[in-house]
Amino acid sequence: MLTPVTDTDGGPFWEYAARGELRVQACGECGELRFPPRPCCPHCQSFANEWRPVSGRGRVWSYVVPHPPLLPGYAEQAPYNVVVVELAEAPRIRLVGNVVAHAGARLDSVDPARLRIGARVQAVFSGGLPQWVLA
Amino acid sequence: MAGPGLKDATAIVGIGQTAFARRLAEDEKTLACRAVLAALDDAGIAPGEVDAVASYTMEETDEVELAKAVGFGDLTFFGKVGYGGGGSCATVAHLAAAITAGQATVGVAWRSRKRGSGPRPWTGTTAQLPTPAQWTRPFGLLRPADEIAMLARRYMHEYGVTRDHLFNVALACRNRANQNPAAVMYERPLTREMYMTSRWISEPLCLYDNCLETDGALACVVVSKERARDCPQRPVYVHAAAQGLPAQHHGMVNYWNDDPLTGPAWTAARHLWKHADCTPEDVDVAQIYDAFTALVPLSLEGYGFCARGEGGAFTEQGALEIGGRLPVNTGGGGLSEAYVHGFNLVNEGVKQLRGTSTAQVPGAATCLVTAGEGVPTSALLLRS
Repeated sequence: MLTPVTDTDGGPFWEYAARGELRVQACGECGELRFPPRPCCPHCQSFANEWRPVSGRGRVWSYVVPHPPLLPGYAEQAPYNVVVVELAEAPRIRLVGNVVAHAGARLDSVDPARLRIGARVQAVFSGGLPQWVLA
Repeated sequence: MAGPGLKDATAIVGIGQTAFARRLAEDEKTLACRAVLAALDDAGIAPGEVDAVASYTMEETDEVELAKAVGFGDLTFFGKVGYGGGGSCATVAHLAAAITAGQATVGVAWRSRKRGSGPRPWTGTTAQLPTPAQWTRPFGLLRPADEIAMLARRYMHEYGVTRDHLFNVALACRNRANQNPAAVMYERPLTREMYMTSRWISEPLCLYDNCLETDGALACVVVSKERARDCPQRPVYVHAAAQGLPAQHHGMVNYWNDDPLTGPAWTAARHLWKHADCTPEDVDVAQIYDAFTALVPLSLEGYGFCARGEGGAFTEQGALEIGGRLPVNTGGGGLSEAYVHGFNLVNEGVKQLRGTSTAQVPGAATCLVTAGEGVPTSALLLRS
């Protein structure tokens, strides 16, 4: 399975995720949330930033169900779901992830037929990665 | 606006291509050389006269190798456009700009790929790009099909676009390929039942929503309109050209802005029509980038053939077929002729305006050609 290849901008997201916290980068001047993280604010051009905790509540914005051919670790779990979740606090902030039965469950642990655009989900964490469970 | 700009200042006077197949024996560089020499022969221009080249990324053959092999003269303009299939039309646009600005006189654009027999780019795990792959790949969003399927699902949800609409796209391309002996799918008709029962690649996209995987190469030659008059083929003028990278756009995974369903096509289209003497209603035939079927209705909206959300409905009643409202991808496109990162769409646009397409639109005088939607893109409005 692929682990995140992080960079300077994204590093803090993964450090918080490893502690079980979902945080989103925000401008230190105007407060605007932004994702993916980047060096400065596209609204006010400030280089000041902070990592703001969010509730982890969200809704499924869209989802796909990949089938092979896939990389081996993923093919073994296919078909599985991949979702884009809109955060409740900031609908424009959307995170790619998987809806699973419980934290640490396999990618195919939820029947894709149970997924709907608009479904409420909650973030959980496993092995440093955020996952989502149906709320 | 200062002066007429690019409008009709340059023309495509030569096109060339290799065979298209799942597997060709020759390597990428050799295929590139063959396509370029065929295009120059078509233009009646010697390789030594070429002083400008333009290509796009995800190709291993660089201009130094190509120039040495085919015997180009001294190059005074060379450029490479990024973002894979988004760069197809931009190669011609860059040559048109360079020639109009006096930086060069004879330009060659080309594309050579071993995408049929070579490795699939998404299988690379060692050279994984840190951004935005860290936000997508660990979760199993691995392939271009997965990334675009995410937008397709949302698009279908918001606007009632159906699998039948996507089938209409696949079918139009396949029908044109069935008329084109050079197309990979020349002898392979497609039915609705085949489409609806085919295997999934990434739901909601099935096998026939995905382009082919092809070995092949194409090229074209661009010169000034004055020079074009001396060439043997009927000139096909670059009436307008545009690139498009929208504010806050993210290539392929455009999930992170206010409106992910208005992609680069909208940006390119605004520039294109602003500089054109015509409107979408004047377009006789279009070559719309079709790595995935869903990109076509999105592009039809972006380039102004219909309103927002109406791209699916636009495909109904044979609109994309010959004799329909807007015949598209008349050589078969990436879905059914060959997937060569959209360069076959450029050459097919030229064939239509020469009157030599295997699925000729009678009297075609204006053709839109687009590059990859969903990535920083480009487009050409060609006129005879």
